[in-house]
Amino acid sequence: MSAALTIGVLSLQGGVAEHLAALARVDGVRGVPVSKASELGSVDAIILPGGESTAIGRLLRDFGMADPLRERIAAGLPAWGTCAGMILLAKDIDNDDRRHVGLMDISVRRNAYGGQLSSFDASAVIDGLGERPFPLVFIRAPVITRTGPAVEVLASLDGRAIACVQGAMAATSFHPELTRDERFHRWFAALARREA
Amino acid sequence: MHMEDRQRINRDLARMLKGGVIMDVVDADQARIAEAAGAVAVMALERVPADIRREGGVARMSDPRLIKEIRAAVSIPVMAKARIGHFMEARVLESLGIDYIDESEVLTPADDRYHIDKTAFKAPFVCGARNLGEALRRVGEGAAMIRTKGEAGTGDIVEAVRHLREIDDGIRAVLAAPKEELMTIAKELGAPYELVLEVRALGRLPVVNFSAGGVATPADAALMMALGAEGVFVGSGIFKSADPERRARAIVKAVTFWNDPAIVAEASEGLGEAMRGIDVKSDAGAERFASRGV
Repeated sequence: MSAALTIGVLSLQGGVAEHLAALARVDGVRGVPVSKASELGSVDAIILPGGESTAIGRLLRDFGMADPLRERIAAGLPAWGTCAGMILLAKDIDNDDRRHVGLMDISVRRNAYGGQLSSFDASAVIDGLGERPFPLVFIRAPVITRTGPAVEVLASLDGRAIACVQGAMAATSFHPELTRDERFHRWFAALARREA
Repeated sequence: MHMEDRQRINRDLARMLKGGVIMDVVDADQARIAEAAGAVAVMALERVPADIRREGGVARMSDPRLIKEIRAAVSIPVMAKARIGHFMEARVLESLGIDYIDESEVLTPADDRYHIDKTAFKAPFVCGARNLGEALRRVGEGAAMIRTKGEAGTGDIVEAVRHLREIDDGIRAVLAAPKEELMTIAKELGAPYELVLEVRALGRLPVVNFSAGGVATPADAALMMALGAEGVFVGSGIFKSADPERRARAIVKAVTFWNDPAIVAEASEGLGEAMRGIDVKSDAGAERFASRGV
């Protein structure tokens, strides 16, 4: 058995506790909150959780964390963004001038389903997670409107990509941490081990 | 979609606000300032609670035009208040596509006996509470999020502290009691038994709980987080202060780093005057907003 993998969860605002709880259910993984740049050095991978991307982005800048985070991810730190976290990772945001980490070659549109309709349940088969459909919880969900050539789409819903991966970066427009299904967290841990 | 699924999604929706600050705004400019400062949502209203308190009269739902202007100005969720029991105001707000409805004691209650049946709506509701029984009654009616009431518009944190501690006391009593006492506890709380069982299983409220009603400084906000609030509403405290933009950013920082007093200190520095405020004790003759809709 290899040493425990330490996965940080960016802990500035949003659904942090839910990711930590999901990580606690995955063998061989230790989840830790990360709220300061100095803590980035002690994690093997990082999850950017859901929340409000504008608020998280503001805090990243105010506390001098945006650049160190971008540099670490650019240097290969495995990163997975869920919902707002995906917006942080995206290179392009169709309806917003702000850019945050901006490293993953995807374009996203914020609040793309509009108001209350942007939150719904569904399910889909996700490449790499077996044949059993994965429960999908969308909360004011962003839509992936473009994926670059290096981006592999893992799942789609109604013709739109909802989960994708580019090297050590992964993004989902839905929230696996709000379900009792840890397969995506396990998948990310495996990706992190492979890329480490 | 089944009603139960909608209820669960609405509870999940509120979880994404955790660790954040929700700011009262009265126009699109204030909403933009709030968003830029890092607010996770704004509450659109015509008068902040301090003005409602000062001016008196009947406080009602805001003009839909104002709500639309605020919605158009920001990308973060927009909340708006309906009077307690005024399900028609709530329907109007829902038809505007509002992200959350606050059935609020800050407005003049429309019904002095019944709250809105919140399960009849797609839009999530947030409701005020002073103790566990009140919180669970609101959740039983369909609230997806609770905020402790505090005493809005005073800038005095004492009621917010009291209400959060009372909810905590209630939860501790539920956790400590043997199972056979829970039905009697539910009866005494005036709370649905099933929700008392849920509190016992979770060790916490079944929905997200923010603090409201009296937060005026970064240290106030950090205090409420340290006492277990999952985020804060700031009503009059920001736009009734000398430098709203800086104060807004400072409170956002203090909520995220509530456990780091050095950061709270830095955020508190040179903010100019806080809202003047009213000592709740000195205002004994006035009706407490918090005593409305229990």
